Amino acid sequence: MDRRDSLKALIVGGISTSVLLDACKQPAKEAAGNKDNAKIPEQPDRMAEENLADRKIAEQPKFFTANEMATITLLGDIIIPKDAVSGSASDAKVPDFIEFIVKDMPEHQVPMRGGLRWLDMQCLKHFNKAFKDCSHAQQMEMVDQIAWPKKAGPGMQQGVAFFNLMRNLTATGFYTSEIGVKDVGYMGNTPNQWNGVPEDVLKQYNMAYTEKELKECVSFDKKV
Amino acid sequence: MDDIQIKKQSKKYDAIIVGSGAGGGMAAYVLANAGLKVCLLEAGPNYDPRENSSQLKNPWDSPRRGASTKFRPFGDFDGCYWGWEIDGEPYTQRAGSNWEWWRARMVGGRTNHWGRISLRFGPKDFKRRSIDGLGDDWPIGYEDVKPYYDKIDKLIGVFGSNEGLYNDPDGIFLPPPKPRLHELFIKKAAGNINIPVIPSRLSILTKKINKDREACFYCAQCGRSCKIYGDFSSSSVLVKPAVATGNVDLITNAMAREVLTDREGLATGIAYVNKVDMQEYQVFGRTVILAASACESARLMLNSKSSRFPNGIANSSGVVGKYLHDSTGADMGGIIPELFNRKRYNEDGVGGMHVYTPWWLDNKKLDFPRGYHIEYGGGFGMPLYGFNWGIENLNGAYKINGQQKQAGGYGASLKEDYRYFFGAHVGMAGRGEGIAREDSFCEIDPDVVDKYGIPVLRFNTKWSDYEINQAKHMKETFKEILHSMGAVVTWGGDDGPHNNYGLHAPGNIIHEAGTVRMGNDPKKSPLNKYSQAHDVKNLFCVDGGQFVSQADKNITWTILALSMRASEYIVDQLKKQNI
Repeated sequence: MDRRDSLKALIVGGISTSVLLDACKQPAKEAAGNKDNAKIPEQPDRMAEENLADRKIAEQPKFFTANEMATITLLGDIIIPKDAVSGSASDAKVPDFIEFIVKDMPEHQVPMRGGLRWLDMQCLKHFNKAFKDCSHAQQMEMVDQIAWPKKAGPGMQQGVAFFNLMRNLTATGFYTSEIGVKDVGYMGNTPNQWNGVPEDVLKQYNMAYTEKELKECVSFDKKV
Repeated sequence: MDDIQIKKQSKKYDAIIVGSGAGGGMAAYVLANAGLKVCLLEAGPNYDPRENSSQLKNPWDSPRRGASTKFRPFGDFDGCYWGWEIDGEPYTQRAGSNWEWWRARMVGGRTNHWGRISLRFGPKDFKRRSIDGLGDDWPIGYEDVKPYYDKIDKLIGVFGSNEGLYNDPDGIFLPPPKPRLHELFIKKAAGNINIPVIPSRLSILTKKINKDREACFYCAQCGRSCKIYGDFSSSSVLVKPAVATGNVDLITNAMAREVLTDREGLATGIAYVNKVDMQEYQVFGRTVILAASACESARLMLNSKSSRFPNGIANSSGVVGKYLHDSTGADMGGIIPELFNRKRYNEDGVGGMHVYTPWWLDNKKLDFPRGYHIEYGGGFGMPLYGFNWGIENLNGAYKINGQQKQAGGYGASLKEDYRYFFGAHVGMAGRGEGIAREDSFCEIDPDVVDKYGIPVLRFNTKWSDYEINQAKHMKETFKEILHSMGAVVTWGGDDGPHNNYGLHAPGNIIHEAGTVRMGNDPKKSPLNKYSQAHDVKNLFCVDGGQFVSQADKNITWTILALSMRASEYIVDQLKKQNI
């Protein structure tokens, strides 16, 4: 088998096909309290203890209440809305990711639960409504008080801390989703041949490979 | 399981090997290919990268997006089972000690995920006491090990470049990959301040070397272990072909309890507990070869007590467990404004850095006796859990596409920021040599056992001023390099005397060594220069335990070389019926 065939085999052959199919069955989508979670297949790249631990997480009841989840969804789409390049946080199922991750990393549970309640209490005081029931203008008025760490007024620091966490969880969930990876332009994770920095990029930064490098380093025919 | 019985296997092997990582895998490979009958014990489950690697999974294929768990401290896709903690297998510390102990439990051990940094020790590295009066010289020199480095280069494959550096010896190298963009920046910046940057030396196949393994396809995921065996893991490159000879019985989930001995004081085999059925077993052989990791091998020896060996087997010197040391480590990272808004392309390359800096200064002119090398990172990495965490600390500090914004924020403008900064980060890590000291050791905790009833290790390790001064120098160097390339320090810049200049806790760099060191004097060293116990001629230790000193090099290539050397000696001695 020559090199190109072996690469192809890796992509379409028996080994990786099963891996890729298995990958599609990951529990992320089901994690939000679905009773069928016991059916999550054993992953060949997980040891027995991990398969068991992942199943236990999937079997847990939902952590967030319906009100909390609605608020997370609203905030997520304010942080990462649909734009000309890509979809929104909820398009990328970020709320499901956040539901999973607070079970996997319980240290996020109190800051998230408490932060959401803090937010609702602020809104109740000012607008007589929970955040999710406020008008869009009211929601944005509230968000603007906690979304800008350097500008936030007195008494808003806890809200800033919560919004920072919410922003970071949303961004991490979004940019590790298929939509987000494409948006940010990560182009790797695929069999290929590294032939050095592209010519135009070298030129852009006034860089060049030395003769020693060109002579000693592995290079590939560009037509391959 | 109610009744406990000890099941003794009747088959007598030529060798019982404990551990299947670099040391044990190499021993099994050499002995099996010499036609000897081998029993290879591994404390974890079977593992074949072809079947079990997470290679090419996307971030969304992990529900936690590649974040770490206690099962995988280096992330959900990492190729190592377990790490800093193992359920049911504790370890303890003396007051003031903070050794961090990494334990892999799987066929191939930690070689499934290591950085593939494959550096030969140089001539000076075997004779440090003669140079600076600290620690001890090895009983062997570079000339004794060089033939084995040569053989391993050819057998396993390593890329690099011959630079003619005296203490970073040339090897038999495959061609290295070209530097990535940030690596060109580093090379230029470091060069401006006289710090050399040369092609890294990694055991990754940039060319095919045999029919069993394919050449690298540049996914940057060596840490996950390679399905086409394009890099070195003991599981794929040593254990698998060793088993294929038909001469190796591989027993997985076998947690070694004790080295068995006879009335003459020779080793007869190993007692182990099977972690699946929780039954007790014994296997017997003409030789016993320990390769369970420096600390696990020491633990096994110290736990092998008898009236003949009241301090543990082959420990008349009292040195087993002592001289435990790890590489030093300190790190720093920054962002290169010139790289903001970069053009996108696939720059995965091989798993790890394409260039590195070997130690370049003279310690006689410095306030610390041993050197360090620098590893580099950066560029367009796969987004994983934690990706762009803390944008609120970044996006108010720079003009983005010409516009000054407020820190934090949300919306389409925030999405622009994430795109703007992607691929502009750079990081560097110093990895250096600490001094092996008698007062840095592991011992058996008199009060604590693990879930198998095996007494556990208690650690007593602490850095000295030598290592702290070295970390200070690392930090100053990193700042100079980052400054020279116009980068802004974003992390690791606030370390100082209050935290030993960011020096990682001992053990954290996962290069444990020195607990069963070799030497010519049986009173000062458990092993002789062939990795053979002075007190028990058919007992060997071929892992990091046998090291007299670390060098400013990662130790795996030398573990492989010493294990091959010891294994050839064992074959010869068995043939001559000397053991």
